[in-house]
Amino acid sequence: MLNIGVFVCWCGSNIAATVDIDQVVAAAKIQPGVVFATDYQYMCSEAGQKIMRNAVLEHKLDGVVICACSPRMHEATFRKNAEKSGLNPFMVEIANIREHVSWIHKDKAVGTVKAIALVNAAIAKVSLNAPLISGESSVTKRALVIGGGIAGLQTALDIAEAGFEVDVVEKLPTIGGNMAKIDKTFPTLDCAACILTPKMVDAASHENIELITYSEVESVKGFVGSFKATIRKKARYVDEVACTGCGVCMAKCPSKKSLNEFNCGLNNRPSVYIPFAQAIPNVAVIDPQSCIKLTRDKCGLCQTVCEAKAIDFTQKDELIEREYGAIVVATGFQPIKVDKFDELGYSQNKDVITSLELERLMNAAGPTGGKLQKVSDGSHPHDIVFIQCVGSRDCTARGKNYCSKICCMYTTKHAMLIRDKYPDINVTVFYIDIRTAGKNYDEFYRRAAEDYGVTYIKGQVGKVYEEDGFLVVQGSDLISNEQIKIKADMVVLAAAIEADPSAKKVASMLTASIDTNNFLTEAHAKLRPVESPTAGIFLSGVCQGPKDIPETVAQAGAAASKVIGLLVKNKLVTNPCVAIADEMLCSGCSNCFNICPYGAIGYEEKLVNDHGIRETRRLAVVNPALCQGCGACSVACPSGAMDLLGFTNKQIMAEVDAICKK
Amino acid sequence: MQGLEKKIKDRASELLQSGAVDGIIGWEKGQFEYDPTPAVFTKETGLDNLCYNNFCGANLSKYLVGKITSDKKFAVLLKPCDTYSMNQLITEHRVNRSNIYIIGIGCNGHLNVEKIKAQGISGITAVSASDDHVNISTIYGDSKLAKKEILLGKCEVCRGNVHVIFDELIGEELQTPKPDDRFEMVAKLEAMTAEERFKFWQGELSRCIRCNACRNACPACTCRVCVFDNGRSGIEAKANASEFEEQMFHIIRAFHVAARCTDCGECSRVCPENIPLHLLNRKYVKDINEFYGDYQAGDIAEQRNPLVNFGDDDIEPTTVSDKGGQK
Repeated sequence: MLNIGVFVCWCGSNIAATVDIDQVVAAAKIQPGVVFATDYQYMCSEAGQKIMRNAVLEHKLDGVVICACSPRMHEATFRKNAEKSGLNPFMVEIANIREHVSWIHKDKAVGTVKAIALVNAAIAKVSLNAPLISGESSVTKRALVIGGGIAGLQTALDIAEAGFEVDVVEKLPTIGGNMAKIDKTFPTLDCAACILTPKMVDAASHENIELITYSEVESVKGFVGSFKATIRKKARYVDEVACTGCGVCMAKCPSKKSLNEFNCGLNNRPSVYIPFAQAIPNVAVIDPQSCIKLTRDKCGLCQTVCEAKAIDFTQKDELIEREYGAIVVATGFQPIKVDKFDELGYSQNKDVITSLELERLMNAAGPTGGKLQKVSDGSHPHDIVFIQCVGSRDCTARGKNYCSKICCMYTTKHAMLIRDKYPDINVTVFYIDIRTAGKNYDEFYRRAAEDYGVTYIKGQVGKVYEEDGFLVVQGSDLISNEQIKIKADMVVLAAAIEADPSAKKVASMLTASIDTNNFLTEAHAKLRPVESPTAGIFLSGVCQGPKDIPETVAQAGAAASKVIGLLVKNKLVTNPCVAIADEMLCSGCSNCFNICPYGAIGYEEKLVNDHGIRETRRLAVVNPALCQGCGACSVACPSGAMDLLGFTNKQIMAEVDAICKK
Repeated sequence: MQGLEKKIKDRASELLQSGAVDGIIGWEKGQFEYDPTPAVFTKETGLDNLCYNNFCGANLSKYLVGKITSDKKFAVLLKPCDTYSMNQLITEHRVNRSNIYIIGIGCNGHLNVEKIKAQGISGITAVSASDDHVNISTIYGDSKLAKKEILLGKCEVCRGNVHVIFDELIGEELQTPKPDDRFEMVAKLEAMTAEERFKFWQGELSRCIRCNACRNACPACTCRVCVFDNGRSGIEAKANASEFEEQMFHIIRAFHVAARCTDCGECSRVCPENIPLHLLNRKYVKDINEFYGDYQAGDIAEQRNPLVNFGDDDIEPTTVSDKGGQK
């Protein structure tokens, strides 16, 4: 029997207000094995920790239960403290009587009963604890960034500047992401290309950065410090080294009917194309869906006209295997499809467009050369209506519950730019709320309303329909409390933004958790906002949640600093709580092998002596270097042959027993 | 059926004589027509007792689990439904395929003697069945029963006459019975309130005597050491500590075989207390079909079942609870 000490924390009044501390201490004292129990106002303070250290020495404790906050907050603190007092750090258990009790119960009597049950469970568990020794693992000094938008590029540049090699994998033929499509940026109205392209060029020319474009990460194995990734480099059908980006192929290509993705489908592009003028790499790519040579084995004109001999129709996808110490997810966003909003007429009317489409219509490199005109007939518009929150703050299944955060500002930007360039155009904005929190943001909005004469109407739009060659926007004006109809030439929908569709696949590949909106989850919403709960995986940009460019860049830098902090280490301490298979119980059924997300389980044919029967059996073997201690195998194993050190089946059962005991 | 039995015997004799196999796993005649038992035949002379009649419902695939480390080769007689279990055992590495010779045999449904006896018939001397009717000779005279009324539970929901794995086939032309909807009773249970359902299962499971027949017959229950016999698991003493925990035995067993159970029906067939244990497993089969698309354990060897296979299209646990279990 161990000598167990129990330490109950008040957490100021956080715990003490809803849990009767004295009762918990008294209940702990009579548990088997407990030789000492006490309480203190702040166990995590130096004074509190000293109480624990002194008690360990004085009462010869070999097991400690801390009844306080979540182990995610202070487990490490108390394990270190145990080590200081000569105790194995894994002989400490935490009973979470704050998040699990005091924060969710109001009734002190109820809370106290539950706190006692949880403390008893922790005591039962620690009685079965065994000292564990951590190992060490090495760190591959190279990072992988998934996504080549502004977030990924900023992270890559910061890591590269610190002296570490970085690979940026971008699924499209060029880096740049969504920002490359944007015309001007709020609140300073500087040109997006002017500030983005220098970053793109920096990344392309940096000796520590390798851009792997038109490629996708196919699988990732391993763990923090030692990831192994397989990257599929899709066939471009163009030799990246030989191509000079001269554009002759584009001019000669007879197949010019593919929608131009970069211009949001507002015009067409040839089958062989360079996405935009500042694309990096400035290399053509052939779209295999529409190329006449690749679909029907005819044409091949581009090959004939290419002086650099760069066209290669025999090119195949290539698989690249690389090792990394850290992985940054920067998969970004896309605007939602608005065709579900039938009442707004996006699918029915060409002059109902999304905000991103408007960006392209106003951009000098866009389909109209920057001249704002109606999509339907190319005429000059006189009245433009913006509709906010299309799919944002929308609790129906067709929208998103959250605020997309950037729309109020970019719509204000659009309104201001239009009024500045075309003072004859009337601009009206329908909004639910105007949200302009940020440095110089509200000032920007006020300038639009006060100096540029943009009309803001608080209210939602019920319907957009066509009448006598005009669009009519029917909505409610909540301030004057009336239904209004406004004639418009163009209607611009501020479509909600959603996580890029690749995010879910990337997250499952990395075993990084995502929320119900497919945004990646942080390790801690406030204190660890750029780390995934999965060690070695970091978050940059909108993949974590809606944010604007300055926030994205700030977060990208923060993610980079976390990666650098990891890559400078030569050794990492491994978690000794790994799975272990019992040879005498294992049936070799492969259930654990199939369920293990880390590929940590293998099989060997081994001679065993089972109570005098000597035979060769197929047995599961855990590679402790790969095992992350998730415990999935121990749950999947029907015979209980698989066990997790530190969380053995017996310990879990002892906890359940202690909680259920009346 | 008698013609088929003779063909099987002849083939078994050939296989033993030529030394192609060291033993045949089949059914041995009992004292009565209706009590054949699984047996291993290693000598040609013993084959006189090999039988294949209307009461050979037992699934013989599990008998190979004990032979996994043997260097001898065994032939096994498998009906179409038994072959699913065979595939599942191969998938789970619980049998050594290279030491097994699978003889797929035809089947036209097997009978439950308890159901015949329940009709007041006793002293049975011979039974012969057509597709629809069964003629029963007894020491008191003959009677004729509708076959559908006296089929084994598992044959009522027969999955057809296809052997999904075999080395050779004998009598595969036999017609298997037309199946009923196998999820009918599960749907009825689902429609009950929680209290009604609990009462139903309490009534059924309280009869359990923990004889372990279900566990021993189940081709998915092949652990070298069952978790209930594993002293280190912390639960070994719990299954029979009280009436309630005894019920837990069956629920834990159903969890352990979920997505691995081929719905062969052996658990209910062997239960001396006639507890409809297969309904627990069938509920999981139904759920898995609904959540992940139709899945039949054992229809292909070496496939990953949906519970240990992860795809981007997997149903989210939150979706399951939000929509009350509907995908």
